[in-house]
Amino acid sequence: MGQRARTMTLLAGFLVLGLVPVVAALANQPFYLDLFRRIMIFAIAAVSLDLILGFGGMVSFGHAAYLGIGAYAVAIPAFYGIHSGAVQWGLAVVLSGLIALAIGAVSLRTSGVSFIMITLAFAQMLYYLGISIDAWGADDGMRLARRSDFGGVLDLTNAYVFYYVVFALLVVLLGLGRRLIDARFGLVIRSAKSNEPRMRAIGFSTFRYKLTAFAIAGGVCGLAGALLANQTEYLTPSYMHWTRSGDIMVMVILGGMGTLYGPVLGAVVFLLLEDILSAWTVHWQVVLGPLLVLIVLYARQGLYGLLPGATSRNG
Amino acid sequence: MAEPLLSVRGLSKRFGGLVATDLVDLEVGEGETLAVIGPNGAGKTTLIGQLSGDIAPDAGTIRFRGEDITTLPTPARSQRGLARSFQITSIFKEFTALDNVALAVQAHAGHSFRFWTPARTEPVLRAPALEVLEQVGLGARAAVVAGTLAHGEQRQLEIAMALASRPRLLLLDEPVAGMGIDESQRMVRLLRTLRRQHTIVLVEHDMDVVFALADRISVMVYGRVIASGAPETIRANPEVRRAYLGEEVTP
Repeated sequence: MGQRARTMTLLAGFLVLGLVPVVAALANQPFYLDLFRRIMIFAIAAVSLDLILGFGGMVSFGHAAYLGIGAYAVAIPAFYGIHSGAVQWGLAVVLSGLIALAIGAVSLRTSGVSFIMITLAFAQMLYYLGISIDAWGADDGMRLARRSDFGGVLDLTNAYVFYYVVFALLVVLLGLGRRLIDARFGLVIRSAKSNEPRMRAIGFSTFRYKLTAFAIAGGVCGLAGALLANQTEYLTPSYMHWTRSGDIMVMVILGGMGTLYGPVLGAVVFLLLEDILSAWTVHWQVVLGPLLVLIVLYARQGLYGLLPGATSRNG
Repeated sequence: MAEPLLSVRGLSKRFGGLVATDLVDLEVGEGETLAVIGPNGAGKTTLIGQLSGDIAPDAGTIRFRGEDITTLPTPARSQRGLARSFQITSIFKEFTALDNVALAVQAHAGHSFRFWTPARTEPVLRAPALEVLEQVGLGARAAVVAGTLAHGEQRQLEIAMALASRPRLLLLDEPVAGMGIDESQRMVRLLRTLRRQHTIVLVEHDMDVVFALADRISVMVYGRVIASGAPETIRANPEVRRAYLGEEVTP
């Protein structure tokens, strides 16, 4: 019964996301297209963070760094006249994955509060690097002359096409995530979160698996960054600011750590709240704060855990 | 004579001013069960930790199957056939009993950089895991979430996870710790079935358990091995009786 209810809930959720452009077109409100595309982009970032945070127990407080790297990987080639989407997005994934590999290789030698601080420090280093490079806009950032170019195949300047590209990427990534967390690799990082000394005692060198997960999460978040640069048609180092890392982390916690779809829900609720409440007050987080406290205290699996049919994935 | 399976020479470890193990020498032959006994704080668990690789010794060498493993990290020792159980139950609480053991099988079934096939559907992991669960008497409890198992069952699961790697040497740290009489007897019966096929180093407080299982006994006091020998010899050794046995066992 739980299984079925969950499947229906998920299908309904995806249906809503898939139908947003239709509603937006009928209501003649293109703004919704923009809002929900932004939501899905952050959902991808949040899902990637949850892979290491929720499933792997690695509390990375610098995840926005990869968002920024992905955005730079689009904007800098564009600045020099390279608009190919394949090049830009490929670069975004590979570069942020490799930088995550390097950051993880150092950070994962620590744990607990040290790990949180060191990942934060790396992200802030990249942020300050970003605001210090005048050629690429420094702290003002720079406009993206045009969106990533996929030849005649996909035209991202068409808001609907761009929307469904992001939608498809989100669905595909969730599908891959589903496979990964139940495969041998997924069980290793989830068990390392549960009991690392035991993992080592039964013969797992956990470091290499955690590092790989860290790099995968970085690469996926880099893709989200490439999408974000196209979304805003703008590059700013503030994509890497630590408050942005905090936002992504809040989305994960709000939606449900260690659940696959929870972070998507978290991104939806977080950004909708921001959109609706910030029309009334710039201090919209006054509402978010108490909500987050309630979730942390009473809903172990976040908002996702409150949905019909949602159960622990570990059982 | 061939080199023993495990040989320890001059193993020493101090924590600040506290000497946990002091020039410990041990030898364990293939198929033998060695019990290490001693009062609380004698350094027994520190010894197990050094053998398993969780604690780095200050001095001394550990040779296992003819290889110096003194500086090898824990996972590498496990891959060479050294398995341990923990004094304080250490399992994956959120996962089922079968998941727990299947993970130990997985650790010794090649690398785990596999991202596609659901591991819980892999017969090469599940079948051997179930076999080991049945061997320790938990076959019927395979699908139960490990954290909800009774204490005694969790201890059995510990043993199952150690066995799942098909180890050459089992390091058992107080396998009957915290158990009732019934549970404890069941554990002793289980461990008796493992003797001979497995080489075992057993740290234990319960003298009945020790005398039921051990081929040889080493007695540790304040980090030193003060006596080693057959159970009868140890029982009769006056120094051992004074230092330890007298407190717990009446003649």
